[in-house]
Amino acid sequence: MSAKILEKQQLSENVYKMVLEGAKIAQKRKAGQFVVLRIHEEGERIPLTIADADPVKGTVTIIFQVVGKSTGHLADLNVGDVLLDLVGPLGKPTHIEKVGVVACIGGGVGIAPVYPITQALKNAGNHIVSIIGARNRDLIIMEDEMKAVSDEFIVATDDGSYGYKGFVSQALEDKYLLPGKKIDMVVAIGPVPMMRAVTDTTRKYNVPTVVSLNSIMVDATGMCGACRVSVGGKTQFVCVDGPEFDGHQVNFKELIDRQRIYLNEEKECYDHYCSCRLGKGGI
Amino acid sequence: MEMKDRLKIPRQPMPEQDPKVRARNFDEVPLGYTPETAKTEALRCITCKNPSCVDGCPVQVDIPGFISRVMEGDFIGAARHIKQTNALPAVCGRVCPQEVQCEERCVRGKKAEPVAIGRLERFVADFERATGDVAIPEAPPSTGKKVAIVGSGPSGLTVAGDLVQLGHDVTIFEALHKPGGVLVYGIPEFRLPKAIVAAEVDYLQKLGVKISTSFVVGKTSTVDELFEEGYDAVYLGTGAGLPTFMNIPGENLNGVYSANEYLTRSNLMKAYKFPEYDTPIVKGRNVAVVGGGNVAMDSVRTAMRLGADHVYLIYRRSRAEMPARIEEIHHAEEEGIELHLLTNPTRYIGNDKGWVVGVECLKMELGEPDESGRRRPVPMKGSEFVIDVDTVVVAIGAGANPLVQSTTPGLNTNKWNYIVADEETGQTSREGVFAGGDIVTGAATVILAMGAGRKAAQAMHRYLMSKK
Repeated sequence: MSAKILEKQQLSENVYKMVLEGAKIAQKRKAGQFVVLRIHEEGERIPLTIADADPVKGTVTIIFQVVGKSTGHLADLNVGDVLLDLVGPLGKPTHIEKVGVVACIGGGVGIAPVYPITQALKNAGNHIVSIIGARNRDLIIMEDEMKAVSDEFIVATDDGSYGYKGFVSQALEDKYLLPGKKIDMVVAIGPVPMMRAVTDTTRKYNVPTVVSLNSIMVDATGMCGACRVSVGGKTQFVCVDGPEFDGHQVNFKELIDRQRIYLNEEKECYDHYCSCRLGKGGI
Repeated sequence: MEMKDRLKIPRQPMPEQDPKVRARNFDEVPLGYTPETAKTEALRCITCKNPSCVDGCPVQVDIPGFISRVMEGDFIGAARHIKQTNALPAVCGRVCPQEVQCEERCVRGKKAEPVAIGRLERFVADFERATGDVAIPEAPPSTGKKVAIVGSGPSGLTVAGDLVQLGHDVTIFEALHKPGGVLVYGIPEFRLPKAIVAAEVDYLQKLGVKISTSFVVGKTSTVDELFEEGYDAVYLGTGAGLPTFMNIPGENLNGVYSANEYLTRSNLMKAYKFPEYDTPIVKGRNVAVVGGGNVAMDSVRTAMRLGADHVYLIYRRSRAEMPARIEEIHHAEEEGIELHLLTNPTRYIGNDKGWVVGVECLKMELGEPDESGRRRPVPMKGSEFVIDVDTVVVAIGAGANPLVQSTTPGLNTNKWNYIVADEETGQTSREGVFAGGDIVTGAATVILAMGAGRKAAQAMHRYLMSKK
C-alpha cells in the first residue's frame, strides 16, 4: 500500500515528524507497534515506531532521525509526496496494565516511541514519572506532549543546557532510586548505550525495566532473522517477539555489534546520495 | 520424419552460460532452446496413447498435447494448451524437478534419455511472452462470491488463477511489497528471472485477480476480519518462511545469516546491485553455506556471484543424501563451489568486534538409517577442524510462520505448527478456510504447492457454489 505524506515538521536538527495516510494501520495499531516503509523502488525497508495515530482521520505519525541515506532521503520528501509502501502495524503491542508508579524514559529520538506507551500507561491509571533527555536543549523533542501525559516530569541534558545536567539514567538514580522513592517499573527507549545505562542502574535497585529495541530488520514479519537478539541467553526476533523485552535480560554487547554490520555500506550509500543530491542542486 | 529416425534423435542439450563467466554475474544460467532445437526435441516424443508423464505431473499438464503442437511449430498454441492446466509455465519449466516427475515417467527414458519436457515447457512459455501474443480468455460470468488468498507464492497464485476463471472475485493479500512469495524473495535471478514472475503475475491481474501488497494477514487484518469484510472463503498459502538455526554457539555473530535473510536481501531487495539499490549485503571473501538442499545451492551460487574467493558447502551427510536437485549441485560445482561433505558445524568463532572469523566442524560418518530413511550421520570423535570464513549462511530448512495460526481461533495445527488441511480439498478445521502448499506440508517444491492449490481451488469452488 502506498501512503501520502500529509504533514511534515522538523523537530530538531536531524529529527522530523511526518503524518502519513494509513487508515487500516491507524485503526489497528496499539502502543509499542511499528510500521515498515519503503520510499521508492530501489529503497530499503525502513522500520519506524508509530509515534501516534488518528483512527478517525486515518493517519499515522512517524518521528525519525536522519542517520543515513534512507532516513536522509525521507527527510528530503515533502507534503504531497507518496511513499511507495507502508505496512503495519508490526510487532507485539506493549503490555499495558496498572502497576503503580512507572518511569517512562526517552532519550533523543527515543522520546518519540516512548510517548504512545506513556500515554497508554497513563490511561491505564498509572502514576507517570517521565524523564526525557538528549545531548543538549536543541535536541529535546515532544516536551509538551510528554508533559501532558505525565504526573512528574524531568528533562535532562548531557551538557546541562536545559534541566538536569547528566544522563537520564543518572537523573533516575539521583532523583528517585537513590532517595528510595517508589518506582514499580521503568520503560526506557533510546540509543542502545542509554538503554544499557538505564538497565545497569535499575538492576541495582531491582526495578523491572522494559526496553524497546531497534535492530536491523529486512522483512519485519519473522521471516529473515536479521533482527535477532539474545534475551536471557535465548535468541529472539525483535520484529515478532518484540520489539519490547526485559532490559535486564538483553545482551546489549551483541546488539551493539549487530547494529554495526553495515556501517561501511551505510556510509558509502549516504555519501553516494549526498553527492547526487548536490549534483542536482539540492539542499 | 519416420518414427525410427525420430527415435535416433539424441536429447537436445540446453545451451548455458560458460561456468567461469556466469559465476560472476546474475544473468540466467540456461539460455533456452531455439525454435529449431525445440522442434527437434519435440520429435523425440512418441505421443503415447496412455502417457505416464502426465501422471508424474502434480497439476496434470497434458504433456503429449502441448509437445505435438511444438512438433508442428505451433508454439503459441502449445503455450495456451499448457495454460489450461498450469498458469505459471515459464516458472515451472525452470524450477520443477522434472527428473523425479514427468521426465522420470517418460517411456523414452527406459532405453534412452527422457524427452526434455521441462525445457520445452520453458521454451513455449518464453516464446509466447517474447512475441507479446498473450491471450486473455474472456471473463466468465460473475458468481458474486469473494475470495481472499493469503500469500502470493506458487500455491496462492494457482488458486487465484483457477478461481478467477470460474467467475469469483479474487483478492490476494501479500505481506511483502512485491507479489510472488518464494519466487521473488527466495529463488535467485540466475535461476528464475524476476521479470518472468512479474509477467506471470501480470497475466493473473489481467484475468481479474486483485493483489494487495504490504498487507500482513494476522496484523493488518485477521482472517476473521476478512470474513467480516465480506469474503466468502479464505485460502491460506503463507509458506514456510520461518528460518531455522542450529542453536550452536556464535550463531548471532556478525556475518552469520539465515538463508532467508541472505536470499531476501539479494533477490527481493536487489542487494547485489548495491549501492544502486539501498539494501546492503555482506560480500564475503570466504563464505560457508550450511545445508544440502536447493536453498543451500542458491546460497552458495549467490555468494560466488557476490565476488567470493572461496565458497564452501558444509553438509553433514554424503552426496547421495543431498536433497538438492542433481542439476543444481552440478551447476554449483561447475562454478567452483568447494564441498565439505560428511561435515557438521559445531560452533562459530568470532573476533573482538563480534564478526565471524571461523567455523569449527566435526567430520561425520554414516550410521544406520534414521526415520527419513537416510543413513544417520554420526560424529567422529576428535575430528574437529576449523575453516576460516568471514560469512556464513545457514540453510538447513524453514518452518511455519506463526502469524496467521496464532491469530485465527479454531484453526488446527500440528506439532510443528503447520496448518492441518485435508490432502484432497485443502479444507481446514475452520469453515470456509482452506490451506495448501508449504504451510501445510512443510518446505517442499513450487509445483507441489501449485498441485495443492489446484485441488483446493476445486474444493473452494464447490464450497462457494453450495453456500447460500
